[in-house]
This record gives sequence, C-alpha cells and structure tokens, in this order.
Amino acid sequence: MYEGIVQDLIDELGRLPGIGPKSAQRIAFHLLNADAVDVRRLAGVLVEVKAKVHFCAICGNVAEEEQCRICRDPRRDTTAICVVEEPKDVVAIERTREFRGRYHVLGGAISPIEGIGPDELRVKELMQRLANGDITEVILATDPNLEGEATATYLTRMLKPLNVRVTRLASGLPVGGDLEYADEITLGRAFEGRRSVDD
Amino acid sequence: MNLYRDEGIVLRTQKLGEADRIISLLTRSNGRVRAVAKGVRRTKSKFGGRLEPFMHVDVQFARGRTLEVVTQVESSSAFPQAIVGDYARYTAGTAMLETAERLVAEEGEPAVQQFLLLLAALRSLATGAHEPTLVLDSFLLRSLALAGYAPSFGDCAGCGAPGPHRAFSAGAGGMLCAVCRPAGSATPATETVALLGALLAGDWSTAEAIDTRHRKAASGFVAAYLQWHLERGLRSLVHVER
Repeated sequence: MYEGIVQDLIDELGRLPGIGPKSAQRIAFHLLNADAVDVRRLAGVLVEVKAKVHFCAICGNVAEEEQCRICRDPRRDTTAICVVEEPKDVVAIERTREFRGRYHVLGGAISPIEGIGPDELRVKELMQRLANGDITEVILATDPNLEGEATATYLTRMLKPLNVRVTRLASGLPVGGDLEYADEITLGRAFEGRRSVDD
Repeated sequence: MNLYRDEGIVLRTQKLGEADRIISLLTRSNGRVRAVAKGVRRTKSKFGGRLEPFMHVDVQFARGRTLEVVTQVESSSAFPQAIVGDYARYTAGTAMLETAERLVAEEGEPAVQQFLLLLAALRSLATGAHEPTLVLDSFLLRSLALAGYAPSFGDCAGCGAPGPHRAFSAGAGGMLCAVCRPAGSATPATETVALLGALLAGDWSTAEAIDTRHRKAASGFVAAYLQWHLERGLRSLVHVER
C-alpha cells in the first residue's frame, strides 16, 4: 500500500478494463515521473471528453455536437442506412471506404441471457427514421455471431412490411487465409453465398 | 499437459480480455465445464464459429487451475443456423440454455440425463418438429424433473391422493387435493392440466391435440413453477416470443 493519493490513483487506474493491479501501479509511476504539462493535458482531455461527447440524436453514434459528423455531411447518400451494433463498427466500416450512406447504431445486440431484448436497443429510433425518410436500402451489419445474427433476424422481420430493400453483410473466407483452416460453418456460409464471376 | 476430450453443448460465452472468451459448456461426461478459448474473437481464429451458443461440439480441453483451456474443437451438429434464423426459436432456445446452466450448477459433476435432454430439445427446435414454446415448456418441466423438482399433475403433490385435482401451487409441487390446498392456490382448466402432464411426459400427440388457447396458460404455470424452484428468475424468459 502506498500513501494516500498515490494509492487512490492506482485504485482508479485499476478499475479500467484490462488493467490489473501491477499495470495500474506501472502507469501510476509513469504519470508521477512524467512532465506536468503532459499530465495536465491528459487530465484535460479526460474531463473534456466526458463533458463534450454524447450520442448523435439521429444515428446514436458518438458526436461532439447535436448530430455526428456523418449525419451532418450533405454529401452522404441519404437513401441507404447501415445498421451496426457499436460506434466502433462505424469506424471499421468507414475504413473500407465502400459505403457512402448513413449509419444507425443500435447500442448492442439482442441477448436474452444478458437480459437485453429489442426494447433495450435503438430499434424504435430506426423504425422512426424509416417512417419519415426516403430510405430505400437497409444494410444489416451486426456481428456475424449468434447475437448479431439473431438481431438481424429480428430486424428483417420488422423491416419486411416497410417495402425497403434489406441486405445483410456477406460472410465467408478471410482475405489472405487458407481454405483448409476455415471452420465448416464459415466455409458453409461462403458456399451458400457464392456468386458467379462471369458478369 | 493434462488433456481430455468430451462432447458438449455451448451454453454461454463471455468476453475475456482482448480476444478471448470464456465458454460455458454442458458436456456428456464432465457436466458443466467452463473453459477459455484463446483468440476466438480474432477473424483468423482456428475455432471460428464453432464455439457459439447452441453448438454441439467434440472438444479437447487442457486442465487449468481455475478454468480449462480449449485446445481443439470439431462440430458435431450445427444447430445455430436453424435456430437463429427464426426469432421465436432463438428466444425459446436461449431460455433452455440458461435453464440448463442454472440447473446443472456444480462444475465437473456429470449430468448425462440433462445433457441428452438438452441435445434432444435443441434438435427438435432446429428441425421445427414442434412449436418452439411447446418444446421450451416441455424442456423446462423435464429438466426440473431431472434436477429433482418433478411437479405432479395427477395425484396430489401433498398427500398422494389419486387425481385429478383442481388446485395448483408452485410452492407445494403441483396439483393438490381439497385437503392439502393452501389458500390462494390457482385453479387451472382441466385441459391446461392435461397439457402440462403431456409436456412433462413428452407425449406430443396428446399435447398437440389440446386446443392451442390453453398453451398460454400452461406456459404461465411452467414459468411460475420454474421461478419458484430456481429462486432467482431466468433473465431470458421474459424475452421469449409467445
């Protein structure tokens, strides 16, 4: 145990995800030895991020203003919505530069065992966006795991009567991998979703 | 390294650290096992989709101090695709997994009967042989019976007087005669009691012949009975689509 404030700092750092007691101690002593300017900058950013950042009123992504950067951008295609689980999925898709539409962040996936049903997600907001807009395509980009698939199944059923095109991201073999190491479920899905190459 | 192999059904997964998961399985020979699957969340993981809930797998474990470590997995039957593609099946199936996890509380204690029951129930759910909620209710009753909480839908649960009786009490263990019935016990319709009895016995032809409007009431009694004996309610039961 260290004295007073040093121990408080170690305890606070230890509450962060993936940081154990030893790592917390290492970071605490790094901060003690660091320049006062650097530490003040870090503290400033921590306070600022909590005060400024909230969730976009339209899509639920993290934003510094009322709406996020993507929802404000007039060059983005307003007819397509890509539905994702978390804000970090938006970043992952943005990195591909394949999608020019807008997003909708659900805030998780349906998982009854964790007590998360459709009402706990931003499904109602999605339906509202579809009701008063010119959206023609909804891309379901939830994770390709059980909860993500179940969420996609649920959304498909909700979206069908609305007369929009509903698509799901393809599943298959990772680029740069070996076929023989692919598990049978992924390989099976890759077969199911195969496409002709002559057109 | 101390290795052993078993057959199991994945009940639940939990994120661990950067790319790992803790997998909770119900196995044929070792009961409930909790094991770490290293790197399973990476796209290039050799385990791929084999360790998702509902998977029936042949798996090799290495003994660890607190948790086992998954070293190899091969899938025996892939139920997830058939179950997850239908929302009613998914919610019913999740409630089954949670019940199995709760009723087989002790890790490492063999529970062959529970394993076989869960396997059969998931297969029935995946093939769509019966209505998902009926499969769920039947599973819940039979799983409770295997755990030692068998309800009685015929003879009186209190004194054993031959039935049929009219009063039902979850706390007292099922149907009760006029003498044993506590104040405030429910009185289900005769058809509902017959349906409950058929679901407990696994008598599908009788269960499906009973008018469908009694199913909702029967589900209510099953849920009440389950909640009573598990003490803490099932989280997934409220999300089941009925």
